[in-house]
Amino acid sequence: MNDKLKIVVLAKQVPDTRNVGKDAMKEDGTVNRAALPAIFNPEDMNALEQALRIKDRLKDVEIHLLTMGPGRAADIIREGLFRGADGGVLLTDRKFAGADTLATSYALAQAVRKIAPDMIIAGRQAIDGDTAQVGPQVAEKLGWPQITYAEEVLYIDDNRVTVRRRLERGIEVVSSPLPVLITVTGTAAACRPRNAKQLLRYKGARTVSEDQASGSEYAASGKCSEHFQIPEWGFAEIGGDEKSYGSSGSPTKVKKIENIILQAKESRTLSDSDADIEGLVKELISSHTIG
Amino acid sequence: MNNIIVYCETDGGRLCDVSLELMTKARDLAASLSCDVEALLIGHDVRGLADELYSYGAAVVHLADDKRLEFFRTLPYASITIDLFRKEQPQIALFGATSVGRDLAPRVSSALHSGLTADCTSLEIGDHQDKEKQYHNLLYQIRPAFGGNIIATIVNPEHRPQMATVREGVMKKAPLAAPVAGRISEIDVNSILKDSDLTVEIVAREIEERKIDIKGAQIIVAGGFGVGSKENFDLIFELARTLGGEVGASRAAVDAGFADHARQIGQTGVTVRPKLFISCGISGQIQHTAGMDQSSMIISINSDPEAPIHKIADYAIVGDLNVVIPKLIKFYKQNSK
Repeated sequence: MNDKLKIVVLAKQVPDTRNVGKDAMKEDGTVNRAALPAIFNPEDMNALEQALRIKDRLKDVEIHLLTMGPGRAADIIREGLFRGADGGVLLTDRKFAGADTLATSYALAQAVRKIAPDMIIAGRQAIDGDTAQVGPQVAEKLGWPQITYAEEVLYIDDNRVTVRRRLERGIEVVSSPLPVLITVTGTAAACRPRNAKQLLRYKGARTVSEDQASGSEYAASGKCSEHFQIPEWGFAEIGGDEKSYGSSGSPTKVKKIENIILQAKESRTLSDSDADIEGLVKELISSHTIG
Repeated sequence: MNNIIVYCETDGGRLCDVSLELMTKARDLAASLSCDVEALLIGHDVRGLADELYSYGAAVVHLADDKRLEFFRTLPYASITIDLFRKEQPQIALFGATSVGRDLAPRVSSALHSGLTADCTSLEIGDHQDKEKQYHNLLYQIRPAFGGNIIATIVNPEHRPQMATVREGVMKKAPLAAPVAGRISEIDVNSILKDSDLTVEIVAREIEERKIDIKGAQIIVAGGFGVGSKENFDLIFELARTLGGEVGASRAAVDAGFADHARQIGQTGVTVRPKLFISCGISGQIQHTAGMDQSSMIISINSDPEAPIHKIADYAIVGDLNVVIPKLIKFYKQNSK
């Protein structure tokens, strides 16, 4: 147990697969992934809100975002800081590329060990894969209990946390000792908006790579030290078994990808005229489809 | 050894449909692999369910029956499953993609360093070539990904078991004409469970009876965002009532609060295959159609002639649902006996 209750929120930057509009479709009917905006995974937002609510209640709470992805995923850390988090880490390394859920969990668990929190809160699943695997797998790697499908943290003290879970047909309230990993569903409370004070404080938050990319003049001016620096961790920082990362640490392999193309089948187009609708109803009745 | 093990979930003392659907699928897979299907049954007072599992082809029912296992809890269930898989070395392990299966299976796969594919819509056996190496009889784990815009075939060449979860209603459920002569293999729960497995406590449970059953309905009338309001959804209910069907909804309609979540059809909802599916004011995004395109007959009502739903429909009615639905009801009442 830390002096403060330390919470890690796992968050992922995802393509917005829910809004595949006409502009995101290629001429052959497949999706142009590059045209989809990168967003904060929705259920990870719900997770952040649960962490912030614990902080509202207990005061001595520190919230750290942890995300894995390419350099632009630093946006996730910034968004978390704007909404009330205290810090964050971007896990980024070419060695982590091509990871399935298991190799992703391995990397996240290694980073969590270094942060040493008392609790992890994550979204139940990310909308680009919908697997819901990473949360439980991180918990297993750490040897922690897990509470999935959480809707609300009801009660928390130094030793235990009580959580309401949303199941298919009802609810369940469970109590777990700390440390514990919790995954939150989209039915939980929505995340609060950005906080003006936090926004002012962290608007210049950047990673070292972003500073370097923004030009040597800026970097040389010494202004870098004035803003909040988002740590970037790679294999060198989190260590572990090199073969357990990325594609070599992934048991599953993608054999084939097929793009969905909507196929037209033999069909009849009808109007809303009385004749068309009555004709259809009579056909359905005579074929015993209805009636 | 090296058989297929299906994790069989129970609910209120009954086997879940999804588990029986997986048993049925596992029989097909086992036939092409020349191996057996076995069931893993964990709970309290569930011994009597073994007979039903024999009628679905279980050669062995691995049984963990203990008061402490009355309700699902991750740690004790995972310890038992991991221990069994280490001993039995199944080549394939299948779980329902329920709140239980999606909690348990990833925990087990992490401990065994095996792969896991979530929410498969199809499972097949086939070969795989990877660089110089040839693999035979792998499990093809086929699932939509990327919001349903692609279909991915996943294989797990080197690690066992090959694990997959499948949603309820995706596979067909069919008992054998005559049960197999199966047997129970008792799991020694006391030797597996540690005190640390039992630290999470269930404080309260409120499980509602299953009221809405769109999966079992022969006729489904589904509304989308185009219905416009919760009040206007009454029109959908009226047509469903008239035809003796159930009401479904697209994700957009559920998100907008027009219909209950239990009615949601699509990749993130229920998969249905009724005799007749009437789609009202639904555009027909692939996330939705993945959950209904196996319906025997599809009638689409949408005022947009370009709506994708019309492309998969047998009868595409281009028109306002507020005009078409009352006419359907009127003409049905006039013409049915």
